[in-house]
Amino acid sequence: MGLMKLFRFPGGVHMPDHKQLTRDLPIDRAPLPGRLYHPIQQHIGEPAEPIVHIGERVSKGQVIARAGGFVSAPVHAASSGTVVAIDRLPYPHPSGLQSRCIVVETDGEDRWVPGLRPIANEHKHDPGALRALIREAGIVGLGGAGFPTFIKLHPGREQAVETLIVNGAECEPYITADDALMRTQPDWVVDGLKIMRHALQAKECIVGIEDNKQEAYERMQAEVAKLNDPTIRVVKVPTHYPTGGEKQLIHVLTGKVVPSGGIPLQVGVICHSVSTTVAVRRAIRLGQPLFERIVTVTGQGINRPRNLRVLLGTPVRDLIAFCDGLNDDFKRLIAGGPMMGYELHDDRAPVVKATNCLIAATAAELPENRPEMPCIRCGECARHCPMQLLPQQLYWHSRAKAFDKVSDYRLVDCIECGSCSYVCPSRIPLVHYFRFAKNRLQQQKIERQHADAARERAQTRESRLARQRAVKAERTRKVKAAAAAKQAHDTPGSAATATATAPPTHVVSSDTRPQTIDQEARQRIATAERQRKAAASGTSDQA
Amino acid sequence: MGRVILALLPGLAAYAWAFGPAVLIQVGLAVVVAVTAEAVLLRVRGRPLKPFLSDLSAVLTALLLALAIPPLVPWWLTVVGVLFAIIIAKHLYGGLGYNPFNPAMVGFVVLLISFPVEMTRWPAALGLAGTAPDLAEAARWIFTGVLPTGQDIDALSGATPLDSIKTGLAQGSDYATLAASQVFGQLGGAGWEWVQAGFLAGGLYLLATRTIAWQIPAGLLAGLLLPALIAWLVAPGSQPLPWFHLVNGATVLGAFFIATDPVTASTTPRGRLLFGAGIGLLTWVIRTFGGYPDAIAFAVLLMNMAAPLLDQVTRPRAFGEEAPE
Repeated sequence: MGLMKLFRFPGGVHMPDHKQLTRDLPIDRAPLPGRLYHPIQQHIGEPAEPIVHIGERVSKGQVIARAGGFVSAPVHAASSGTVVAIDRLPYPHPSGLQSRCIVVETDGEDRWVPGLRPIANEHKHDPGALRALIREAGIVGLGGAGFPTFIKLHPGREQAVETLIVNGAECEPYITADDALMRTQPDWVVDGLKIMRHALQAKECIVGIEDNKQEAYERMQAEVAKLNDPTIRVVKVPTHYPTGGEKQLIHVLTGKVVPSGGIPLQVGVICHSVSTTVAVRRAIRLGQPLFERIVTVTGQGINRPRNLRVLLGTPVRDLIAFCDGLNDDFKRLIAGGPMMGYELHDDRAPVVKATNCLIAATAAELPENRPEMPCIRCGECARHCPMQLLPQQLYWHSRAKAFDKVSDYRLVDCIECGSCSYVCPSRIPLVHYFRFAKNRLQQQKIERQHADAARERAQTRESRLARQRAVKAERTRKVKAAAAAKQAHDTPGSAATATATAPPTHVVSSDTRPQTIDQEARQRIATAERQRKAAASGTSDQA
Repeated sequence: MGRVILALLPGLAAYAWAFGPAVLIQVGLAVVVAVTAEAVLLRVRGRPLKPFLSDLSAVLTALLLALAIPPLVPWWLTVVGVLFAIIIAKHLYGGLGYNPFNPAMVGFVVLLISFPVEMTRWPAALGLAGTAPDLAEAARWIFTGVLPTGQDIDALSGATPLDSIKTGLAQGSDYATLAASQVFGQLGGAGWEWVQAGFLAGGLYLLATRTIAWQIPAGLLAGLLLPALIAWLVAPGSQPLPWFHLVNGATVLGAFFIATDPVTASTTPRGRLLFGAGIGLLTWVIRTFGGYPDAIAFAVLLMNMAAPLLDQVTRPRAFGEEAPE
């Protein structure tokens, strides 16, 4: 595999990667917990809908909550047992809020649901069928974003998929989950890549790996070499945060720039993470849904950092215990990486599909939010922004709640990588402000759509009533005219005038017409609703 | 901001050597007043003292103001300037990060307009007019207005090169004749050339450490020197060498230390170039056609006003954003 021309994206930061804590460790299996907590919202889109009841016995891999819409994903039981509760409980989310969780008390048998259908040769199945299976398997982007994977396995309608990129950059410090997968199961990764390539009908595939993962690179390289297929390449990319960002990696590897506010498919590229690739492989080759993932449990605050294979739904505290617990220097727990992750305030929260890392940080490692100083407009944030935004202007306008201004400064393009917050000398948590503003913008949009729908409804009703009034008036007039004609008939001479003054009538059936209008309005409302849902899920997948 | 203060030291040392130690007294006085005023205002506004005092922004404002005013002004003038800068130009606008105008320059301009006599009494350099007062003498003059017997403040001070050019050219003299005068020293300003060299060294240090954005000094120097060069090429007899603009007045201090205050400057890369260029151009225009010999302070304040607009019109295109049609 010859040298390939790489490209540089603007901005970004260099920082210590802290991966040495778990870099060379194998993947160990975390024990089966007594209770599994399955939140119904582990993905971008509509929450899943529980289809089990309390007391029901469930098997491993059984659907316990079905997808709640097109942009949604089902949830499967990660082990066999009994449903003991469906309740609002702590789950990993930046807001610290609770989510509905289906609690399964495990029976220790780990008994699989019958009827798994493994597929040995994906080429015997059409891409649509594979997509359906991946959808049923509940697979979402495991790099962190949680966007339903099957949607991103659709070969473009207008734009053919040129390149499938498997994202093995894993650019955030501490995390070694994808690294461990590539080191220990390169065959799985490459097999998953082949399946996804078939689903996408992509012309070429590139696996991008940051150059701080030499062993993973060599293993993957060797595995791909076995295929002897020049259209599949493994490429080492410079370690530079956030290379693992979808738009950044695409640019580094292909030189293509995803249009502002757009998605990679517009430039003929689709990007999936290594973990997702392995989950797809499992779903197709073994017929097993997504029930486990690799989690790096690390940080100076934990006694024994490890890479773990964890059943989804396992409480974080169980994993901490399995890593010999926390030491005295422990200060706070982070879910995800130090750049894009968030503080976990409750260790009862479970591991979910997007949990790639848990950092038990000491105070020295990740200092607690120090007092925020005023912005001095130094512009460091803009210099490091990989999307070439002006974080500082976004910050001022977010603070002022001037959300239209925030849109003008293209908040939509912010990938929340945290480079700006990282370099800010005033220690302003810029990304928090941006998330807040994004949230509010989304709410405003929904409210606007609701208002539009309501207004349209009112207008339709108004025009219907007006039409009814007109019909009624017409009828009255005709009755009057008839009466007048009759009168004229009785008094000869004025009859001609009476008929002449009556305007040409155009009788509308008052029964059918308004109904069709109502239907039209309903349709329009439904369209608005669909658009809203699509918009809600439009956030890009980002590893 | 500690690094900026550090970078000012070579220039300050050259200043004290060339014009006598009086400037050190002014710096000390200004810093004490600024930090006290800052602390009082922070207390009044209910802000924590430690993080806001330890950022050293008040110290920097005091230093810049003390370096901008003539060193032999009475103490109350320095105090008035510093208080105006810290209280009105900074805290009344919301404190650090919220002031639209450079506080030191606001203080300077207030003094220049209110006390023109004291503010234009510049000492002559390197003993051009007798010996400069030593530290004790300077302190006595600054705080009590008493000079050693036989000395007169007007004898100690002299026209700066910028002054002499301005008045000389206005009286119809030829630039070459004026430039031969003693105040022009080796390179265009006796004493000043060393002070500027000191500030330049500090400025380059700030550039090398990426403490300041290169666009502002680059824009400022280009904005000042290009029109000066053109004017000199067109009318070499009545216009000073472009070099002269660089060596004199507050050019170097302004380019590297004053205009680069991030709070009051533009923040986009192109905006910063334009911001600097605007200051340079305005400085040249006022120096050449205006009523004041130097103009860095006015130019900086005028461009401070334009900074938000510059930011708005120079927003860089987001990654993947298409060029407007």
